[in-house]
Amino acid sequence: MRYLPLTDADRAEMLAVIGEDSIDALFRDVPEEARLSGPIAGLPSHAGEMAVERHMTALAAKNLSAGSVPFFLGAGAYRHHIPASVDHLIQRGEFLTAYTPYQPEIAQGTLQVLFEFQTQVARLFGTDIANASMYDGSTACWEAIAMACRVTKRDRAVLSGGLHPHYVATARMMARFAGNTLDTRSPSLEAAPDNAEIIAALDGETACVVVQYPDVLGRIPDLPAIAEAAHEAGALLVAVVTEPVALGLLEAPGNLGADIVVGEGQSLGVGLNFGGPYLGLFGCREKFVRQMPGRLCGETVDADGKRGFVLTLSTREQHIRREKATSNICTNSGLCALAFSIHMTLLGGEGLARLARLNHSRAQRVVRRLSDIPGVSVLNQAYFNEVTVVLPGDAREAVRELASREVLAGVSLGRLYPGEPDLSRGLLVTATETVTDEDIEALAAGLAEVLEGVPA
Amino acid sequence: MSRYFTKDHEWIDVEGDIGTVGITDYAQSQLGDITFVELPAAGQAVKKGDSASVVDSVKAASDVYAPVSGSVTEANGALEEEPELVNSDAEVGGWLFRVKLDDSGELSGLMDRAAYDAYVAEL
Amino acid sequence: MNAHNPSGWRPAMGEGSDAECDLVTHSGDRALMVEEPLIFELGGGDKCGVDFDGPEEPPLASLEPFLRKEAPVLPGLTEPETVRHYTRLSRQNYAIDLGPFPLGSCTMKHNPRLNEKVARLPGFADVHPLQPQDTVRGALEVIEQLADWLVRLTGMNAVAMSPKAGAHGELCGLLCIRAALEARGDAREVVLVPESAHGTNPATAAFAGYGVESIPATPDGRVDLAALEARLGPDVAGVMITNPNTCGLFERDMKAIADAVHSAGGFVYCDGANFNAIVGKVRPGDLGVDAMHINLHKTFSTPHGGGGPGSGPVVLSEALTPYAPLPFVARGPDGAVRLVEEEDGAAELPGSFGRMTAFHGQMGMFTRALAYILSHGVDGLCRVAEDAVLNANYVLRSLEDLLDAPYGASGPCMHEALFSDAGLAEGFSTLDIAKGLIDEGFHPMTVYFPLVVHGAMLVEPTETESKAGLDRFIGSLRDIAERARSGDESLKAAPVFAPRRRLDETRAARKPVLVWKEQEG
Repeated sequence: MRYLPLTDADRAEMLAVIGEDSIDALFRDVPEEARLSGPIAGLPSHAGEMAVERHMTALAAKNLSAGSVPFFLGAGAYRHHIPASVDHLIQRGEFLTAYTPYQPEIAQGTLQVLFEFQTQVARLFGTDIANASMYDGSTACWEAIAMACRVTKRDRAVLSGGLHPHYVATARMMARFAGNTLDTRSPSLEAAPDNAEIIAALDGETACVVVQYPDVLGRIPDLPAIAEAAHEAGALLVAVVTEPVALGLLEAPGNLGADIVVGEGQSLGVGLNFGGPYLGLFGCREKFVRQMPGRLCGETVDADGKRGFVLTLSTREQHIRREKATSNICTNSGLCALAFSIHMTLLGGEGLARLARLNHSRAQRVVRRLSDIPGVSVLNQAYFNEVTVVLPGDAREAVRELASREVLAGVSLGRLYPGEPDLSRGLLVTATETVTDEDIEALAAGLAEVLEGVPA
Repeated sequence: MSRYFTKDHEWIDVEGDIGTVGITDYAQSQLGDITFVELPAAGQAVKKGDSASVVDSVKAASDVYAPVSGSVTEANGALEEEPELVNSDAEVGGWLFRVKLDDSGELSGLMDRAAYDAYVAEL
Repeated sequence: MNAHNPSGWRPAMGEGSDAECDLVTHSGDRALMVEEPLIFELGGGDKCGVDFDGPEEPPLASLEPFLRKEAPVLPGLTEPETVRHYTRLSRQNYAIDLGPFPLGSCTMKHNPRLNEKVARLPGFADVHPLQPQDTVRGALEVIEQLADWLVRLTGMNAVAMSPKAGAHGELCGLLCIRAALEARGDAREVVLVPESAHGTNPATAAFAGYGVESIPATPDGRVDLAALEARLGPDVAGVMITNPNTCGLFERDMKAIADAVHSAGGFVYCDGANFNAIVGKVRPGDLGVDAMHINLHKTFSTPHGGGGPGSGPVVLSEALTPYAPLPFVARGPDGAVRLVEEEDGAAELPGSFGRMTAFHGQMGMFTRALAYILSHGVDGLCRVAEDAVLNANYVLRSLEDLLDAPYGASGPCMHEALFSDAGLAEGFSTLDIAKGLIDEGFHPMTVYFPLVVHGAMLVEPTETESKAGLDRFIGSLRDIAERARSGDESLKAAPVFAPRRRLDETRAARKPVLVWKEQEG
């Protein structure tokens, strides 16, 4: 077996040192009745590299990959071009095959990357500090709510209808078990986000309001107004960013009054990966540092006075504080944080701004082109790279029809909000820098055909 | 003024109905370098035996239990900037908080210095 | 001493006089030992390493109220500068690719590169989670095939694939237990956890809304069955047991524990972090387990990446299956694999406790783990467990004359060997042993865990270490142990050859500096 270095001669020699006559004897603490007598039935034996690759390639070929067709999906996962050097660098064994940096003297590579990453995220979000990453945006969002409850010693959260429904579902599930109250709502197909409604929902028991920016329909909420109202009520504003590229163009939430900013970092460096692994981003005000969840990397010096980095404030964490920890998180998304950080370094602040303008420009073109189709309208007044297109009929049908023509048109609101007929005509369409003029033409032409009932 | 000790290594100085609470020099030496002290807020009610404060070192977070019941009147703000005072001056300048006693009768179950020293010597 | 390096080859450093070693270079670097500033300090960070197609400058009037006043202050570098920065940083890291990484409980085994290759196939890596199901049948098939392997290898009924890591999987299992109890109107309040458990166990139980009580251990390092039975009652929701446990021992009474918990109306959660010791040899389902997470980044070798991403699927008993999270992948009667989200979930799995995360789990880890499993096959996986256990016992018996092995007398260990600092000279501790290993060119073992053993050292060599490699590791560790026993003060200074000496963790924690600020530079 190509991954197992011991030879039979090694095994015999080692057993002699141990003083046992068989490997089975080493398993004698396993009760007889629990020990399997032979290989589990019905499962195949080992296979060579070529055979495994063939099997996996055949499975991969059954999927329609985003890069092979006109592609307009978003809704919390975005397809951006990832520079080739990103994937090269994260495959260096020293990064790829290292563990969580528990021995800082021989993990300065990972630790310095995390320190740089934390600084990049804090600057992008406009927050004082940021942590070393979490699982993904949805779990980071719940962690932010839980932290706001700890900070304010209140247990009610108001969630905007513009928050991604999977994030709402994740928070709702956790809140049910943690004993928090969530005030949730569905979005409605209106041009303006629900600023006024969530401000009205604030009360003296509210720990935080949670607002996605831009929201799930691509609209841009009025963060300063919400922040002011929240602070007046003694609550925190949690801003959720599912498309960090937007912050190349839009003001950072931390600069608009958000107290905690969380997000999904997949857009930069990570890739679609059918939903995971992704990258949870988490930034907040410095005064909350000891209430933060997740790993933190901090600067210090070594015995010779040289600057170095360590994981710090670990007394917040599960391995020290056990049942009193701020979170049960242990593993985070280290390698994805590295990919994000490298991509961000290649872009720089100005590059990110250009990338954002390019995305917005592509989206403007999509809006112009789709608005020309009879019966089709675009909901948004303001948007970044994602808009809600309102069709004359059920958007799920249109998405399926277009997929059969090899156009991946977007995400229907019917998929995200099953059982809400008022939203069923909505289609989320995203245009990143990867979308070409030809792609937009294919989408527009295909959509027009589908709406006219032309068979594929 | 009298000083009392608990088996959890807190000390309390009582003057009138106000007690000043800290951890003992022995406790700080066991914990190592203190990095942060989580202090109770003035006005907070504490119950004898319940956690009233947390003292963090690099690798441990230790609860400090209220030696008596009462309400907190003041916390040692100096520790916010200088948690290391708990190491260097545990039994004077490194005090944690002051509490207005509900019932001075609770003091009768605590140790005096001699009893505490004997207790530590056994550990 | 020189017996450790019989080949005679050694790096060409330290051959000269001490004076030569103390040479101060102009750059501060020493040949291949190079320092690297932060990206914020490199200078010239006002560039861009990405060329864009077309100078599109869209009108921004509609965004006017929301626009950034200035671009984020983030350094940008060209590709050669970027590649160099991260390559130089990478050289400050130890990694499994460089040598043994015997962290107990972490299962740092070789990461096969075939798995990296297949995970990057565009059909897996470049697929959106919300594409129409007809366009992602192959991806769903991967999830289903992996799920099927996990269910069969564990002898369980079903598996929840969406948890993002081990601790997330623990939460999934406990929430299934809580949902099952609530469904029968049985509000229980307490979860029992052995003292030797991973810290995630009590933290997870608390996050699931339970009080936590610990169960004592017997002198031979296992759960005290009698004490457990005495504590069971109508308020106990379940137990969380790690098996093999964190002392590296198999919980012989697992079935009796499970029977006792079940007859008291509770459930058994098994922490599967140590599944590598028994994969293919023992099925947790045969031991009465109701839920167990499997760290794909441990047993099934998906890379740890310097702290994630992980993946923590949870296998479930028949009793807990109705409460599993959404979404899930199921094979229909027509043989087609499909994804069941909230829409159909309400009808097909009405008891589900809900959604744990956006989308459907760690696909990138699933492809790697499936490639690993197919490569080994059921026969190879048995061999994995056997060689992992053999390697650990070889380490245990090769060191126990010099390092205290608290449970060495109670029989063979499983996949990890536990030592303690008992018997070292006054003033010498586990930390000194660990830092000494760094100078020897090895990653240290897990230290000060499990908490039940004073000065614990937990060595998990894994099955992918050769005997020759283990002999080198053992030779170094024996030498360090002898130095620590004899009170060799030079060990207290270790490491001296690493990129950094011991770091001041107190300073880092007292005045946390978590982001770079201009004035420091």
